Amino acid sequence: MAKHTISMTINGQPVTAEVDSRLLLVHFIRENLSLTGTHIGCDTSNCGACTILLDGKSIKSCTYLAVRADGAEITTIEGVAAEGTNHPLQQGFHDQHGLHCGFCTPGMIMRSIDLLNNNPNPTEEEIRWGISGNLCRCTGYNNIVKAIQQAAEEMQKKETTV
Amino acid sequence: MFKCKTSPEVGGMGHSVKRKEDARFLHGKGKYTDDVKLPGMLHMVMVRSPYAYARIKNINKEKALAIDGVLAVITGEDLAQYNLHWMPTLLSDTQMVLPTDTVMHQSQEVCAVIATDRYIAADGAEAVEVDYEPMDAIVDPYKALDKDAPLLRPDKEGQKDNHIYHWERGDKAKTEEVIAKADVVVKERIHLPRIHVASIETCGVVASYDKDTEKMLIYLTSQAPHAIRTVLALVAGHVGLSEEKIRIISPDIGGGFGGKVPVYPGYVVAIAATFLIGKPVKWIEDRSENLVNGFARDYHMDCELAATKDGKIQAFKVSTLADHGYTDSSANPSKYPTGMFSICTGSYDYQHAFAELDAVYTNKAPGGVAYRCSFRVTEAVHAIERMVDKLAAEIGKDPAQLRLENFIKKDQFPYSSPLGWSYDSGDYEATLKKAMDMLGYEKYKKEQAEKRAQGKLMGIGISTFTEVVGAGPSKDFDILGIAMFDSAEIRVHPTGKALARFGTKSQGQGHETTYAQILAEELGIPYSDIEIEEGDTDTAPYGLGTYASRSTPTAGAAAAIAARKLRDKGKKIAAYLLEVSEEDIDWEVGKYFVKGAPEKSKTIQEVVFAAYTNIPPGMEPGFEATHYYDPPNLTFPNGAYICVVEIDEETGAIDVKRFVAIDDCGNIINPMIVEGQVHGGLTQGIAPAMYEGIQYDDEGNVLNGTFMDYLVPTAVESPHWETGHTITPSPHHPLGAKGVAESPTVGAPPAIANAIIDALSPLGIKHLDIPITPSKVWDAIQAHKK
Repeated sequence: MAKHTISMTINGQPVTAEVDSRLLLVHFIRENLSLTGTHIGCDTSNCGACTILLDGKSIKSCTYLAVRADGAEITTIEGVAAEGTNHPLQQGFHDQHGLHCGFCTPGMIMRSIDLLNNNPNPTEEEIRWGISGNLCRCTGYNNIVKAIQQAAEEMQKKETTV
Repeated sequence: MFKCKTSPEVGGMGHSVKRKEDARFLHGKGKYTDDVKLPGMLHMVMVRSPYAYARIKNINKEKALAIDGVLAVITGEDLAQYNLHWMPTLLSDTQMVLPTDTVMHQSQEVCAVIATDRYIAADGAEAVEVDYEPMDAIVDPYKALDKDAPLLRPDKEGQKDNHIYHWERGDKAKTEEVIAKADVVVKERIHLPRIHVASIETCGVVASYDKDTEKMLIYLTSQAPHAIRTVLALVAGHVGLSEEKIRIISPDIGGGFGGKVPVYPGYVVAIAATFLIGKPVKWIEDRSENLVNGFARDYHMDCELAATKDGKIQAFKVSTLADHGYTDSSANPSKYPTGMFSICTGSYDYQHAFAELDAVYTNKAPGGVAYRCSFRVTEAVHAIERMVDKLAAEIGKDPAQLRLENFIKKDQFPYSSPLGWSYDSGDYEATLKKAMDMLGYEKYKKEQAEKRAQGKLMGIGISTFTEVVGAGPSKDFDILGIAMFDSAEIRVHPTGKALARFGTKSQGQGHETTYAQILAEELGIPYSDIEIEEGDTDTAPYGLGTYASRSTPTAGAAAAIAARKLRDKGKKIAAYLLEVSEEDIDWEVGKYFVKGAPEKSKTIQEVVFAAYTNIPPGMEPGFEATHYYDPPNLTFPNGAYICVVEIDEETGAIDVKRFVAIDDCGNIINPMIVEGQVHGGLTQGIAPAMYEGIQYDDEGNVLNGTFMDYLVPTAVESPHWETGHTITPSPHHPLGAKGVAESPTVGAPPAIANAIIDALSPLGIKHLDIPITPSKVWDAIQAHKK
């Protein structure tokens, strides 16, 4: 198996590693970097539990080779807010009871960050379509929608005050 | 409505306090089984059968073992040396851990590859060469009973055909007599297909055996760690695994819904592997492995409902064929092989019923586990609720009116059902009327009439269900002989903060919050000062785990009673501190005071401190209590759900316009969490009603074994749920609570099916089995147009 040296920034920290060609980015993040907030829920890139931000865009890291992320800037759930603080989406999920078992939650939040970056004031329908690549088996989605709506409002307030 | 006794700061029952467990999940710090990494840990990958039924002629390990990093290939023959190649199921059938000669369903485990890395283990699995001799599989359960059908389980002594058991309840002769004489009888064969819970976290294990201490540490995706520990000790006792040496930790669980109750072969192989190799072994299922192993439902029900010509229900008969796959691994109490299926008489008052069931073996995965309800209540409710609607259509009566006329009345509780249950409480009429008001039922009936006049397809469907949860009274309910009580252990520390541990295990239900709220209610200690722990068999008191909506009815009750024991002790301490007799002490939330002199009082925290620092003479120090709660009866949550759909006749597309769910789960601990449970359960109700169903071809191949084609609803398919409550407290539960998490999964599918069939009724369509997909609707429309 060919080895490759890759470098990237993960949650603001530079990382360099030697990896196999076939290593998936999600395993690189979980196993090599021990950032286990990014989860694996399927093998067909349907569930979105592995969603991260790569150069600001949400991607499913289970269908992305680690070597392909060479040079990229990556954010995982562990990096969305400073220790002890909440990103508005984390706060929204907490306030609106947008999580039960928590397994899909990191992926949902990472996807929602991208969604709100591109559409700061989405309708309910836009939110539902926007997170339709992420499966949640517990919540029935009502409260996830509410969580994203709360975060959207909060983030817009911050925009206007800045 | 329920009135809160505590302040929001104390956060007792009725307060929608935010969840204490959220922070770790929100920050990616949850610890699930696949997050466990132990030094020297090895990885296991299963080789699985491509055939539904085949003899294994040979397994060649050589090429796999030649791969650098592959340490072992474990086969059934290897396990047979230790007599570990078979294991008992929860219903005392037998299941292969790994086969020695025959595979019985597609994707059955054939052998296991252990390697230093999960990629290398997968390489090893690819390299194992298995020589199969395929045989004709039995896929159709009706054909399993054919005279010339091959005997699937010759390994079972005395097994002469593929029939597993017959079960029945009720008076067959009388029921048939009433049906024969009735004005109106509606009949239908209803199939509830195989579905899979598909929790987003699959199943897995990290097993680690320490040869020096002989301790077996097992991280397991288990909803019932104590029961599994006992089962392991019973099954593997002969190789030296003794119960006190087994420690099972159920860490955070990424959704359970009953799918994480059973023992799967992969668990046992990983445990055997660490025992033999002496290094930790991790096995985590892939999704495609998960979806085709274990299942729920698969009941074929022949139903007959008899009534007078004006719609008074007189009798119900249901004869069921249950497809159990190659072994009966149903997760049901041992005296109840069909779970609580006899709740099938529903929410209606009539005298005569008969239910019978025959279970058969086929070449499919074993299961009969759960999908947010394992005890067959979903099947029962679907049968009666579809039939009640069919009756309404047959006699031309409004289905809401028909239900209102047949309901068990509020003053009839406790109600003895014809098949032997004692329903504890409910107000079915008020619940349905509340749902009708919330929806605007009459308005929609009017709109429907208008739309029908224009040739448009619009349907309104109702389900008024009665659930039965909280197993159970231990005289009736056990799993493999272990009585189904549950437990709570409370330790209040000297400074008035507490740690409480339970025999249950949350998988998202929010126990760390709701149990703390129960203790806050009973003791007046703020919920935020109470830590809740579950899932570690070394530390938690013994209990049967979390499934079947049993945590609040059993462990929740145990928490209340253990807290009341502490309150009694506290009263004695308060009397001593206040220098009065115990009879002169009264309690209000959080403090003891002298009757008639409320200014003379001691807070719970002062009393607890005294229990460690200023102990009344002769009293045992400390402030701890344990209770094992054995419920006197089950609880009977119920609800009324109404669904409105529109169907596009050209495409068969179904649009759920409204869905209103009114639940009566008794007194509510945390309304926010209950509402969340209902939302989630409703989405797991629409899923089998419209999207999910494991499909097999004639050779026993699974046709939709991945998330590409097994359609778990996304936020787009999931409607905006509208929820509400009625409250009739359970008269026998110490908190008046009933349990809720399964209700919506039980109640929603018939409401949706009834709505769709109502929409299609102008075309003459009278029944469709779930999942009712657009293509099924389109086919039905085409067939009825001709």
